[in-house]
Amino acid sequence: MHRRGVGAGAIAKKKLAEVKYKERGTVLAEDQIAQMSKQLETFKTNLEEFASKHKQEIRKNSQFRVQFQEMCATIGVDPLASGKGFWSEMLGVGDFYYELGVQIIEVCLALKHRNGGLITLDELHHHVLKGRGKFAQDVSQDDLVRAIKKLKAMGNGFGMIPVGGSYLVQSVPAELNMDHTVVLQLAEKKGYVTVSEIRDSLKWERERACHVLDHLLKEGLAWLDSQAAGEPQYWLPALFSELLSRDITPEEASQMTP
Amino acid sequence: MDRFVWTNGLLEMNETLVIQQRGVRLYDGDDKAKLDVGVVLLSTHRLLWRDQKNHECCICIPLSQVIFFEEQAAGIGKSAKIVIYLHPVPENKEPGPYQQSKYSFIKLSFKEHGQIEFYRRLTEEMTQKRWENTPVSQPIPTGVGPKAARTRAVGIVGIERKLEEKRKETDKNISEAFEDLSKLMEKAKEMVEVSKSIANKIKDKQGDITEDETIRFKSYLLSMGIANPVTRETHGSGTQYHIQLARQLGDILQAPLEERGGMMALTEVYCLVNRARGMELLSPEDLVNACKMFESLKLPLRLRVFDSGVMVVQLQSHSEEEMIASALDNVSDKGSLTAEEFAKLLGLSVLLSKERLLLAEKVGHLCRDDSVEGLRFYPNLRLTNNF
Repeated sequence: MHRRGVGAGAIAKKKLAEVKYKERGTVLAEDQIAQMSKQLETFKTNLEEFASKHKQEIRKNSQFRVQFQEMCATIGVDPLASGKGFWSEMLGVGDFYYELGVQIIEVCLALKHRNGGLITLDELHHHVLKGRGKFAQDVSQDDLVRAIKKLKAMGNGFGMIPVGGSYLVQSVPAELNMDHTVVLQLAEKKGYVTVSEIRDSLKWERERACHVLDHLLKEGLAWLDSQAAGEPQYWLPALFSELLSRDITPEEASQMTP
Repeated sequence: MDRFVWTNGLLEMNETLVIQQRGVRLYDGDDKAKLDVGVVLLSTHRLLWRDQKNHECCICIPLSQVIFFEEQAAGIGKSAKIVIYLHPVPENKEPGPYQQSKYSFIKLSFKEHGQIEFYRRLTEEMTQKRWENTPVSQPIPTGVGPKAARTRAVGIVGIERKLEEKRKETDKNISEAFEDLSKLMEKAKEMVEVSKSIANKIKDKQGDITEDETIRFKSYLLSMGIANPVTRETHGSGTQYHIQLARQLGDILQAPLEERGGMMALTEVYCLVNRARGMELLSPEDLVNACKMFESLKLPLRLRVFDSGVMVVQLQSHSEEEMIASALDNVSDKGSLTAEEFAKLLGLSVLLSKERLLLAEKVGHLCRDDSVEGLRFYPNLRLTNNF
């Protein structure tokens, strides 16, 4: 006795089912994929036309970039997902943000030994602009934030902590939970914080405050001034950097490029 | 100078003083005005001038009358000036110090300096045009104002027109760009809808699609930047693009990895590769997705994620055991090491040195001393010695 397996009969049955589906007006996935292919071509042409007229606008106008990004987000499209995407290829948005990503990484690397891997968005903005030179396109803080969001895909603990109306950018995988974040926010005003201040403002026990501060010390994000008048002060170099604001030294710059 | 009107010098309700400067003499065109030296004041709405000796003598002009202005550098025996070009006299203009003038511009001569700051503030106010938002009460037209016969400088009309055109052009460009952008987004939205529908059908298995079609679908998603509705990833691992990329990376990363002890953080790779490319850069996601393919493509590299979340690219030839053994050797040699010390020793980044030490600790070869002075690693004597 021989088994028929997939024979002519089975194929015929399948074709019949397909025809029945089509009769019912249900469009199969494969048809839709073919349709999508055509639509894609049309869209590509539309995008090319748009690019030929307004590519400059995106490059020069940071407000326009914000609008563009928000519209994409609303419809569920990520123009920065891939360098191979249409948006990136035709509008050049990709290169703008990916290059910015490189510059952000480099600045963070160069300054890490000073601030432990935590830097204010302002300071980051300052150094990035400086590195880009006089004739480069302008870059807004919104641009930086979007570039940083993309960097998260590569692990390495890139993140942003809301502090005092702006952000602290974290570029090391140090684990920072809510407690740490809250202490950072407390320290934002003066650049340092003491155990008493934490106990007064946040109503924590001494042990909890010390635990958090110890962690920040260990991670290199805080420095201890044990000789301060009164009680020891925990300084956050990321926050008081304005006072020490120095340009990136040549030694630090050599840390930038791998 | 015939644009100026007499005023009592008091500010109106919504008007704010921006800056003032003493020691300023006015010029009617190129001629010194028949006024003494005074104080020039800039408000959100007007340019005012008051005689330093006789405070009763105060004149002003609305900022809306200004077409444009420019600096005139100081010379020998000459003070720095700001030249201000003005619109023609309006019909219902109130009385002022001059009935008529053959000039369409005035000058402010800064005998006691202050022109730089004044120029800056004037620029700001002229850009912001705050008087448009908060109009102050207009002087009631008296009906019959002295209408001076005047000669228009021909150049002014041309400049006026050009500036207006430029402003309209810029406005038009921006609004056109936004309009076109909105239309484009509508079309993109349609694409998103179609892709969702396809993904649903794939999930519900309504009709089979071939592997070929799957690959095509994924590449369409990639082009549009649409997250794969089935897998929630914004790529489609297995697109031709990522396969190609993975192979390229396999080539270009060999040497750099060798130089760095067989391991590089993904962010380092990102910078290295993109700096080398110059344009048509890789997105972070492109890089991650390409690296994920190393194993299936049988390339001698691996993407690895440490417990800390740090992602690295590693040469397959550099085995785990070797790294751990060498870490133990180095630490035993020195008695103890911190990540920074280890980094210096190996010429690696602190980040990766730390990961190696953590790795050795994980398998029990090293143990830690975690204090506020830092994290220090010691050989785990329980393992190496026989207790």
